[in-house]
Amino acid sequence: MDVSELVTRLGLIVIGGEKGLDREITGGYTSDLLSDVMGHARSGSVWITLQTHKNVMAIASLKELSAIVLVKGYQPEADMLVQSNIEGIPVLGTEEEAFEISGKIYKHLNG
Amino acid sequence: MKKFRADLHIHTVLSPCGDLGMSPDVIIARAKEMQLDIIGITDHNSTRQCRVVKELGEISGIFVLSGSEVTTKEEVHCLAFFETDKQLFDFQGFLDKHLPDIPNDVNRFGHQVAVDAENNISFTEERILTSALNKSIDQVEAEVHRLNGLFIPAHIDKTRFSVIGQLGFLPPDLKVDALEISPFCRQDEFLSRHPVLRNFTFVSGSDAHYPEQIGKRVTVFELRHPGFREIREAMHATGPWRTEIIN
Repeated sequence: MDVSELVTRLGLIVIGGEKGLDREITGGYTSDLLSDVMGHARSGSVWITLQTHKNVMAIASLKELSAIVLVKGYQPEADMLVQSNIEGIPVLGTEEEAFEISGKIYKHLNG
Repeated sequence: MKKFRADLHIHTVLSPCGDLGMSPDVIIARAKEMQLDIIGITDHNSTRQCRVVKELGEISGIFVLSGSEVTTKEEVHCLAFFETDKQLFDFQGFLDKHLPDIPNDVNRFGHQVAVDAENNISFTEERILTSALNKSIDQVEAEVHRLNGLFIPAHIDKTRFSVIGQLGFLPPDLKVDALEISPFCRQDEFLSRHPVLRNFTFVSGSDAHYPEQIGKRVTVFELRHPGFREIREAMHATGPWRTEIIN
């Protein structure tokens, strides 16, 4: 499944990084500790978090993640959004909490 | 130049996790006993116990750096220190404005009281001080520096509540005056794991929550006199002023 398909299926909002909407999603990782994500997320994963700092993009790029989903209606900091567009890694938004959206993404990836 | 012993990370009775024995008089007495010349008062998200400690410190010849251990939105702990009462007061306004309105549960988390020089309770903080401000680390850093303060990410070697734990690495454009390592962390060992940080100035303190912990970790400052501006010069290492952590 690519990012745009996940966006359509779950009604996510595309906040930034549109040019990466064709990136392939091969898994998911839910964590708000960036050091944990840096150590343990696998490439191709969509990352579910509430962190909105610019470092999120650096780690997503380093780990070759497919997209970031910000939960609970959180908005990225301005410099995170800039970086999302530069890197072409989509930042997606949802009003849902991490538990709910992670469950739905899991279902779609493994259903 | 002379060497001055500093413990820059001390909590007081005001921090919910701080022992009720951490009153200003006890802190100053213990600092004397441990031959400290400089202490930093760093309660969680509050500066309200600084003034009394500073006043007692002046009587006893201990220079008190007034500040706070701030929790940013990302749950990164950062030390902030200020030179003047006005700057400290303005920063307290920033903390009051951005601390979430979550009531403290005294039985679960502990008391959050400030006391006067005679240990009478002068203030009770109703909101839990250990929650995170609704401001990012960049915004807190900007506010601290707008008020001409010192901004020091705390215990950066820890896996939680540190900038490296929460944000993976030190954001390269964050303006820090120094970096703090936790009391049991060795600077050389830390730098061998994080060589990219070798050009920063490091400080360390006890992170004392109990009186007996005060002065258990010391940073030595080479200064003419203990004072805010010379301490900043030492952290920036632009002149003859120096800092060194002693184990």
